[in-house]
Amino acid sequence: MSGRERILGRVRRALADVPRDDTPYERAVVRDYLPEHGERTVDGTVDLLAENLADYRAVVHRTDADGLPGVIAGLLAARGASTVLVPPGLDEEWLAAAEVTLVADRAESTPAELDRVDSVVTACAVAVAETGTIVLDGSPDQGRRRITLVPDHHICVVRVPDQVVSSVPKALRRLDPARPLTWISGPSATSDIELDRVEGVHGPRTLEVVLVG
Amino acid sequence: MSGTFVGMPAFPKAAHEAVHDRTLRGNLRHATHTIRGKRAKAVAELADWAELREAGKRIKDHTLRHLDRYLVQLEESVTAAGGTVHWAADADEANRIVADLVKETGESEVVKVKSMATQEIGLNEALEAEGIRAYETDLAELIVQLGKDRPSHILVPAIHRNRGEIREIFAREMSEWGRPAPDGLTDTPAELAEAARLHLREKFLRAKVGVSGANFMVAETGTLVVVESEGNGRMCLTLPETLISVVGIEKIVPTWQDLEVFLQTLPRSSTAERMNPYTSTWTGTTDEDGPRHFHLVLLDNGRTDTLADEVGRQALRCIRCSACLNVCPVYERAGGHAYGSVYPGPIGAILSPQLRGTASEIDASLPYASSLCGACYEVCPVAIDIPEVLVHLRERVVEGGPVTRAGNKVVLQPAKGHAAERAAMRAARWAFSRPGVLRTGQRLASRTRRIHPRTLPGPGRAWSGTRDLPPVPAEPFRDWWQRTQNAKGGAE
Repeated sequence: MSGRERILGRVRRALADVPRDDTPYERAVVRDYLPEHGERTVDGTVDLLAENLADYRAVVHRTDADGLPGVIAGLLAARGASTVLVPPGLDEEWLAAAEVTLVADRAESTPAELDRVDSVVTACAVAVAETGTIVLDGSPDQGRRRITLVPDHHICVVRVPDQVVSSVPKALRRLDPARPLTWISGPSATSDIELDRVEGVHGPRTLEVVLVG
Repeated sequence: MSGTFVGMPAFPKAAHEAVHDRTLRGNLRHATHTIRGKRAKAVAELADWAELREAGKRIKDHTLRHLDRYLVQLEESVTAAGGTVHWAADADEANRIVADLVKETGESEVVKVKSMATQEIGLNEALEAEGIRAYETDLAELIVQLGKDRPSHILVPAIHRNRGEIREIFAREMSEWGRPAPDGLTDTPAELAEAARLHLREKFLRAKVGVSGANFMVAETGTLVVVESEGNGRMCLTLPETLISVVGIEKIVPTWQDLEVFLQTLPRSSTAERMNPYTSTWTGTTDEDGPRHFHLVLLDNGRTDTLADEVGRQALRCIRCSACLNVCPVYERAGGHAYGSVYPGPIGAILSPQLRGTASEIDASLPYASSLCGACYEVCPVAIDIPEVLVHLRERVVEGGPVTRAGNKVVLQPAKGHAAERAAMRAARWAFSRPGVLRTGQRLASRTRRIHPRTLPGPGRAWSGTRDLPPVPAEPFRDWWQRTQNAKGGAE
């Protein structure tokens, strides 16, 4: 007998005492928890996002579309970055003012090559205000998962208020499970030493989020 | 489960040694008290915590009730998305499947994301025996692996180590495994984290095979979810060419929407964060992004036996947050090693004896590793009534009865060690059902009370070793009642 048949047989025998129940799933689980926590204006939701991002040590900047290239150029210059990874669909305007060498996100690049790049600039799919989270879904303006992982400095642009939702339930509704998703809440961190939080382990140790709107 | 802990002494003996280790007690007290306060604050931010907890419980219960259906659905979804599904009835089968998959790639090393399931089956040791080296990449797992130690906490396996001990392990052992620790390494957590970053980076960048577990698997979409903090998970899930995930069959949730409950309750219960730094979700394989080959190994290893127990099956709701460990007064004092399992603390005390059975001394003693105070149940984000299951398992150990082991129904014999207790209870039952006998016995006890020993002789010695014998009053209650109340009644 295959492992599959054996396990499924065991499951069915284990549940022999359970009465048959054909309640559809939508009715089997009561979902009387809140779709979001608290009432806020649109601006209030964006402010909460900024506050929670900063609480977990992401560096938050706010600007408008005209100011964005200048802000990004300034951040890269302050960091001393000379090479910057860019996903294929990133708005070219965003890096127009930066004096850096752009590195394309290519399938052939080895992890070691990515490790030599100073910074990465991406957009995002959605941002969650209540948790201070940005979510990437691998769209052309966000690139492959690894480009936002190996470099030590990540600049992520969030279009506000369009891309901001208040809560985790609202974020899941906007996302496509078929795409590989990365939820990012602050720079990498660990609680492994005495259960105390320390920022900066394997992922980018500096996360800068630019809210544009 | 793994052979790592075979031959562990029973919990009371292991705990007795642990509570005399002052460093260990200090480390545990500091860590558990730090996280307790933070968790309470993170939970209090959500006004609907009780509703989220109830929904999480119901989602898990519903899934377990229809587990066969959801397993088949998950297999279809993962396969349709480009993954390959394997089924492992026990630890040996799972280890064999993973070892063969690694060998097929021609590689002799793998990088690992922290995973309870692979620890449970002793995967690292099994791979080592096949000439494959497994590198743990979670900071705490690295500390345990370098220190040739055993994990003592679900979330923070090196919780029993303080920063000074960690510095010493890094300075001494890192060079044996790869890049040595930087010269002049101090014990500040940030420097220790930096040392781990440098040490592991060369391994991530050259890795061709990654091994992971998963926090959740979504049946309708075939999506797997890994919740982590450091980015080592993302490294293992995206840089290698082949990804092998070993996941317990109880980790399924039916729908994508279900994640909205657990992605709110798990981080707050676990690390007391609104959200953990990184959560990765993937569905099969994606063209030119991440591993080209994805294998999912579905693990039973005692889970279906647990499912067969009407009271005990609720333990399968567990999402491994470890909140119950952090609030447990017994865990805080005894530490994780005394539980003799990769699952320590209250949840371990009900999970290990069900996954492994109660044949060994350690497993038979685990249901007693609790004061039944109930703090674990209060904090559990899926409302597992741990005290209820503990009492149920105690009864199983003492009285014996029907259980399921490796898919077969068997009848457990009553535990031998409890013969004296059972004899005493039988004698008590006999006496209590005979008023004359009871009265004579009570009077005899009162009259001889001056010569009662302070500890019991013979088989009762162990019982009175940790308890004071109750003092016997000068006069039995019933005699006192008759003397005083009858006298009063007469006066009226």
